[in-house]
Amino acid sequence: MTENPAIELRKISKSFGPVQANKDITIRVMPGTIHGIIGENGAGKSTLMSILYGFYKADAGEIFVDGKKISIPDSQAAIAAGIGMVFQHFKLVENFSVLENIVLGAESGALLSPSLSKARTELAALASEYELNVDPDAIIEDIGVGMQQRVEILKALYRQAKILILDEPTGVLTPAEADQLFRILKRLREEGKTIILITHKLREIMDSTDTVSVMRQGEMTATLKTNDTSPEDLAELMVGRKVLLRVDKTPAKPTKPVLEIKNLSMVDDFGVQRLKNISLTVKAGEILGIAGVAGNGQSELLEVLGGYSAATGVVKLNGSEIDLSTSVSGDGQARRALGIAHVPEDRQREGLIMDFMAWENAVFGYHRDKSNQANRFFMDNNAIRKETEEKMKRFDVRPPNPKLTAKNFSGGNQQKIVLAREIERNPNLLLVGQPTRGVDIGAIEFIHQQIVALRDQGKAILLISVELDEILSLSDRMVVMFDGKIMGERQPANTNEKELGLLMAGVSEKAAQ
Amino acid sequence: MDIMPKWVDIIVVPLISVFLAAFLSALLILAIGESPIAALNLMIEGTLFRSAGWGYMLYYTTNFIFTGLAVSVAFHAALFNIGGEGQAMIGGLGVALVCLFIPWPHWTLAIIGASVAAALFGMIWAGLPAYLQAKRGSHIVITTIMFNFIAAGVLNFFLVDVLKPKGSMDPASANFPATTHLPTFQDLASLFGFEKAFRSAPANVSFFIALLACVAVWYLIWRSPLGYEIRALGKSGPAARYAGVRPVKIIMIAMMISGALCGMMAINTTQGESERLILNFTEGAGFIGIAVALMGRSHPFGVLMAALLFGFLYQGGAELALWTKIPRELIVVIQALVILFTGALSLMVRAPLESFFMSLQKAKG
Repeated sequence: MTENPAIELRKISKSFGPVQANKDITIRVMPGTIHGIIGENGAGKSTLMSILYGFYKADAGEIFVDGKKISIPDSQAAIAAGIGMVFQHFKLVENFSVLENIVLGAESGALLSPSLSKARTELAALASEYELNVDPDAIIEDIGVGMQQRVEILKALYRQAKILILDEPTGVLTPAEADQLFRILKRLREEGKTIILITHKLREIMDSTDTVSVMRQGEMTATLKTNDTSPEDLAELMVGRKVLLRVDKTPAKPTKPVLEIKNLSMVDDFGVQRLKNISLTVKAGEILGIAGVAGNGQSELLEVLGGYSAATGVVKLNGSEIDLSTSVSGDGQARRALGIAHVPEDRQREGLIMDFMAWENAVFGYHRDKSNQANRFFMDNNAIRKETEEKMKRFDVRPPNPKLTAKNFSGGNQQKIVLAREIERNPNLLLVGQPTRGVDIGAIEFIHQQIVALRDQGKAILLISVELDEILSLSDRMVVMFDGKIMGERQPANTNEKELGLLMAGVSEKAAQ
Repeated sequence: MDIMPKWVDIIVVPLISVFLAAFLSALLILAIGESPIAALNLMIEGTLFRSAGWGYMLYYTTNFIFTGLAVSVAFHAALFNIGGEGQAMIGGLGVALVCLFIPWPHWTLAIIGASVAAALFGMIWAGLPAYLQAKRGSHIVITTIMFNFIAAGVLNFFLVDVLKPKGSMDPASANFPATTHLPTFQDLASLFGFEKAFRSAPANVSFFIALLACVAVWYLIWRSPLGYEIRALGKSGPAARYAGVRPVKIIMIAMMISGALCGMMAINTTQGESERLILNFTEGAGFIGIAVALMGRSHPFGVLMAALLFGFLYQGGAELALWTKIPRELIVVIQALVILFTGALSLMVRAPLESFFMSLQKAKG
């Protein structure tokens, strides 16, 4: 084969202080292919892409585009080389129209209207060429997430990108929207574009890529033809050992109801109704999963149950009603006293204080509990430190050093600190939000085991996750939330993604049948 | 892992900052035709080689400990209390009322009463902006600085219209009764037979109360659940909310403790030194407290060290003004340089040190 690779990296290395983020990365991506890059968080995928897009400068190594050696000192150079990037978090101006966003930064001349009309014609051409239809005059904040992502792709194509890099593109999409995205990507491939897909989801790699590279701890461990590999092999390459992709659990033995929610409604500070008459029950010894696209009221439900957002309705714990007012008798500490433990969705924003040491975080929320007090006035810091060290060992937190600041732990280890804190209080009810978001595969397995173990002790668990796979494999019963409402209940064993996808998109139960 | 050893962060960084400030100050003194070495000699001799120098230095230090601790406590809750001046003024009013209108049998009781009054008055004065911040979202920086002006007005009113003795032209209260006068360091030294030590210097027993306050603040911030909540709220509002820490309550408490500490400065100045309430007795100590807290990294021990440094600069500066042609204003400039380097520019010192330690680590392995 004499064809030059669309993009080739040779021996790229980059370190941040003592941390080697990329080490001798060599990769060849052939034109007209979809190339997946998979790896755990912190494996160095994002660093590598940042080097490609000119955000970081590699310490060593060479980049070739179409066989020509180039240097990419900034993102302008990357665009000039035909590289386009679709970030995980979209970089769009919310109150601009689609057209204005596409032109932004690529205006020709001092006057705006010639650029806009030129863009309008080109956009129409692109739309017909790649079947990427969007209304050029729609305002970004009015269109859905899937559409916004299309605008990002169009932005790159408008700038004549030949190589498109997508960073975790499906994180915010419904399954249907994700399917649509992959159809678009395949279409782009047919038109000769080269696509680099960065993801940690094995299924996406298997479904849509031609070749796949696996990264682990800053190194490229393998590059394979997707057809020649399997999810199990890829997972092993990512983690460096065999991992269990399925959750190993016995059927649930639910007993009495622990959490009973009736007609729960909540209006946020801006007057938007976030929860609409929610009713559900979680029994002892079962995991109830709540699926749904992010932003459909799941976070608010956790906030209300966790005691930091007020709501109306009736919530009973073990038969007695709890205060939903967030006053002293209904705040987070009161909830903890009732035995409601809470692993929040965003551990870095809520679950931990990133500047606190591990031992300080290990009592966060329980710091006024008698068990943590040396006497009436002071906390028993020595005892807390000692206990934290033991807890860290039990939960396999690495390194098990209670004096290390929370921000210095990896995502998985941070989550284990939160989980250890909440589970070891032996709660009646555990609220869990996104337990494995940003957590590496090895730690996911451990975290899932801990949650199932708590269930087997006869505790009630309310699980919220935007990862449908996680809900399906972990929960014993599941409901789908859309727009603050419960769309319907399903048994994870007797449902399928298509049905759930419709529910997640707000198509009512009757229509779904 | 942290890049630098802790001792570098706590000791070396501030020392280099002070050295840089001193170097620039030396250039300034050279520029106006004086000798920086002679000036430094004079400052050290006038402050550290005479017991009276120590007496003055520790008097200023006492003020700075109180205000520095006050700013630190608020800092831990991520609140910027620049209303120390006003809180101290109102604290002074509390001291004056208690000393003038309650017949104290002995200074030991008087200092307790005055401390409580000073703390209470300062607490109330800080509590008002705290309430506005916590409940109404009015920014604490804006409100506390406005409350400084209001406090000055209140003090003025009390001194001109209420507390001024009849027939006096001086806007000051009557002298406090002798039973409220605090023993100075000179009195204390006399007890041990050193009658000439600390002669006429204003340092008094409230210095020891300041030291006690350091210990108390350390226990509060690092050992008590309340301090834990203050620090948690200061580091992350959303996390504090999750943990059931009540922001309104913590903002109120942190600011009121801060105000109480500022108010207590008045036992040093008003009860200890002037022995009556006068105008402008705070002399900017409320603002110096910000620099002290910044330099002391909001840690009570650091605050103590920084307060000693600023006490030295104050006393040394007075010596310079007295014996050289260096104008009083230049001394303010020197103090400003120290504040600039230890507070605002400490990152400038830290960054090269960090890369130095990073290369050291790399060389090791």
